[in-house]
Amino acid sequence: MLQIRCPWCGPREENEFHYGGEAHVASPGPDADDPTWARFLFYRDNPAGPFAERWVHIAGCRRWFHLVRDTMTSDIRGSYLTTEKPEDAR
Amino acid sequence: MKRLPTGGTIDRTTRWSFSWNGQPLTAHPGDTLASALLANGIAIVGSSVSLQRPRGVMSAGAEEAHAFAQLGEGGETEPLVRATSVEIFDGLVARGLTTKGVLQHGIDQARPDRRSGHCDVLVIGGGPAGLAAATVAAAAGARVILAEHRAELGGALLGDDDQIDGRNAGRWIATTEAALAANPEVRILTRTTAVVALDQNGMILVERRQSPRLWQVRARQIILATGALERPVVFQDNDRPGIMLAGAVRRYLHQFALAPERTVVFTTNDDAYRTAIDLVEAGQTVAAVIDPRPNPDGALPERARAAGIDVIAGSVVVGTEADATGVLVAVMVAPSGGGEPYRIECDVLAVSGGFDPVLDLHHQRRGKVHWDEPLAAFAPSEPVGGYQVAGAAAGRLALADCLSTGQSAGHAAAVAAGFSPAAAEVPSAATIRIHAPAPLWQVPAPDQDESRSFVDLHRDVTVAGVNRALTAGIRSVEHLKRYTLIGTGVEQGRTSKVNAGVLAARFQDGPMGTSSARPPVEPIAFATLAGRARGNRFDPIRTTSIHPAHVAEGAVFENVGQWKRPRYYPRPGESMADAVNRECRAARQGVAMMDASTLGKIDVQGPDAAEFLERLYVNRIANLKPGRARYSAMCRLDGILFDDGVVMRLAPDRFFVTTSTSHAGPVMEWMEEWLQTEWSDLKVWLTSITEQWATIALVGPEARAVLAEAETDLDLSAGAFPFMAVRFGAVAGLQAQVARVSFSGELAFEVSVPGYQGAALWNALMTAGAGRGITPYGLEALSILRAEKGYLIVGQDTDASTTPADAGLGWMIAKDKDFIGKRSLRRKAIAAPGRLQLVGVLPADPSTVVPEGAQLVADPGQPTPMTILGHVTSSFWSPTLGRSFGLAMVKGGLERQGQTLFAPLGAHPVPVTIVGPVFYDPEGARRDG
Repeated sequence: MLQIRCPWCGPREENEFHYGGEAHVASPGPDADDPTWARFLFYRDNPAGPFAERWVHIAGCRRWFHLVRDTMTSDIRGSYLTTEKPEDAR
Repeated sequence: MKRLPTGGTIDRTTRWSFSWNGQPLTAHPGDTLASALLANGIAIVGSSVSLQRPRGVMSAGAEEAHAFAQLGEGGETEPLVRATSVEIFDGLVARGLTTKGVLQHGIDQARPDRRSGHCDVLVIGGGPAGLAAATVAAAAGARVILAEHRAELGGALLGDDDQIDGRNAGRWIATTEAALAANPEVRILTRTTAVVALDQNGMILVERRQSPRLWQVRARQIILATGALERPVVFQDNDRPGIMLAGAVRRYLHQFALAPERTVVFTTNDDAYRTAIDLVEAGQTVAAVIDPRPNPDGALPERARAAGIDVIAGSVVVGTEADATGVLVAVMVAPSGGGEPYRIECDVLAVSGGFDPVLDLHHQRRGKVHWDEPLAAFAPSEPVGGYQVAGAAAGRLALADCLSTGQSAGHAAAVAAGFSPAAAEVPSAATIRIHAPAPLWQVPAPDQDESRSFVDLHRDVTVAGVNRALTAGIRSVEHLKRYTLIGTGVEQGRTSKVNAGVLAARFQDGPMGTSSARPPVEPIAFATLAGRARGNRFDPIRTTSIHPAHVAEGAVFENVGQWKRPRYYPRPGESMADAVNRECRAARQGVAMMDASTLGKIDVQGPDAAEFLERLYVNRIANLKPGRARYSAMCRLDGILFDDGVVMRLAPDRFFVTTSTSHAGPVMEWMEEWLQTEWSDLKVWLTSITEQWATIALVGPEARAVLAEAETDLDLSAGAFPFMAVRFGAVAGLQAQVARVSFSGELAFEVSVPGYQGAALWNALMTAGAGRGITPYGLEALSILRAEKGYLIVGQDTDASTTPADAGLGWMIAKDKDFIGKRSLRRKAIAAPGRLQLVGVLPADPSTVVPEGAQLVADPGQPTPMTILGHVTSSFWSPTLGRSFGLAMVKGGLERQGQTLFAPLGAHPVPVTIVGPVFYDPEGARRDG
């Protein structure tokens, strides 16, 4: 089980969290054409290596945040607020 | 074997009795089941799993592949236990396993627990390397956990007579252990096996206590000092009772004071010479040491020769002989290059084919291994971050190397964990000249019959079996494992994996392979994994505050998620149909009530609350006036219907939102997610209040009269309190929120009071309605009542492809605003014809209730696979309609009104007519009354 650092509560066990998929997926807006919109809805990156992800501390403070996790080793570079960028991970 | 009059670490002052196959025997504290059996002269423990050959004890540890027992008797029994891992106790009851074990019937009464541990350095293995590592790290101030799977520390030292720092190794172990135990930051866990290595240096360990304990440890640094295991050599009839690993024979001598009558040693390396030397020094008989190497001239072979032991070099064991019971009586020996075999009598053959580092945990962390030629075994390559491998596990078999690599690993781990260890001297041990081991894995059978040359002793896989797999074209060791079952036994191929890999390598060029190890290292009982999380502690039961009243009414309950909800309330002598029909009639013709407290309830407050809900729901919210309620629905981002419920506006900046029972949690999470991630500028506060309110739906033409009877200060007249209004007032002396919403199509009031007052409200309404025959109703009646009105249940009548329009809720969608999912509803596929749409179905025979889930087709005579047009989602017999009816999702359903489709149920297809989904009071006059 992973240990995840909640920006608000500190390091906690993985089973206190829910996974929210890839982070920083921007909506193309309501005027996007069908292929663009479908890509936004259904396509997500799946890199072998560092990956910015959304998590929520559901059994804790219930706050959403981001973190960068290496998908090959599950090493977590750090977490950051939803208002921040991956470089801010700490 | 026999027990010697002196020696060993057993407690001879105490004699314990135990039962073996019903026979009373004795043992001493310190014995294992295996050593106790050997001490009692029992050579045959059980029989093998598929060939049913007699099998005895072949090892002294977790690698045991022969001696399996069933522990306990009656209801409390544990199958397939390795006799070498069972510590004897007074009164132990055990049986030898013949072929397979028997699982315990009924519920395991053990009460295992679970603990979390955190440390700077976790050391797995309490042998010389692990002890040296733990000592250095602990001295540096690191918090250390040292886990050892045996009952005592020492590892391989326990079976030998080594010297460390010029003293007996046992003294060094005792001193080291005492120093560690005195350090408050050190925890020593014996009888504890690390079974699962997790990412981020997590480790799951099982501590064997009377009630097992599952440890979940997270460490900054991990040191794997798991040692090495001796590997057997494959030859004809190599599975007979009496054939043991050479190191095990030595351990039985030193730890348990057990010795064979006459031993033959067969070894490919120097180490097993110690077995011969130690036996002779203990006054025992060693007939010969058989060594395939032409001229073994290491220090140990020379010592053996000097001790007068007959070293037969350049020779191998080609077969064995047994007595009538199958127990070893002699070995057949022949020169390596071929030649006439000759016979040497013995009761024990001590075999050593070399040593394999124990790397299961390294494999689990995706660590790589490579074939180490001088070692003639797989050794770990680069470790994964955060852990190190030390000692024999790293392929450093010599004691001096174990101590030095252990100490340097402990030093490095302490530094990596942020400590500054002082320089310390490495405990010294003698280094001796070693002759390189012979690369020998298998001795061909002299008669070419390889069907008795065992590769996997536990799984009864022979060289013939491996050859069969290889000639069938199998090349990969992973495929070989699955085809032959090599390495799939309890002991996970500890003694068979490498030999199998070598046999497979003969058929291919390139490097030798070995199959990887997956968790767990050892079998874990489900009861241990479950721990205390059983029954209610695993899956809690939720009941409403009104629950005791339902029990008193004789309700039959149904599980809805974790909730217990009344399904129906049978009276004496009533069938379920009787009860449900009575409940439905009461709701339609008189008055009925149900506990609706499980509905999800969310309090939404703040200046932007209306704007927030406007973006979430597909219908308009902002124009809802305080004191009014609206049936509303929400979509996911992909336009699929997510949940429906009622939004009540209590004040301009305050809403009371209900969700379906099963979506209470998900809707709350959904709201929080959008509020925090996309709309963090909105000033809105969310509070889940599902359990803070108890809610009772009072339903039926006489509902108003009963509510008046219960005493309320609310004006209940239709003019003052119309449909879809919400009011606050006193009901039966309780502060209540009353809403005129209806999930039955009847005149209805949903009365909510603070959660703890639910039972008081229930009793008050039952009393107030007694004169009018008020009837509690359950989920069955609710389902019929709502289906008669075409009210859908999200998740039952809809699925992950249903849009609001598909569900007949297209009228609800606001055109003049954006909301979650709106853009998706414009996608081509969503607007395409032929989508599944909600319709009503009437079976041609009004007494036939079509099963829910039944498919619908146009022509039941068509060949299979039939063209499916849809399926029935809800189906009942309606006492109100006096006939069966249902709801269904049908392709282009709205255009099929009046058509007849068929449910192709076996030989008698059921014709159904497609109709609108509203069967009762389509004008809504009753609801609005």
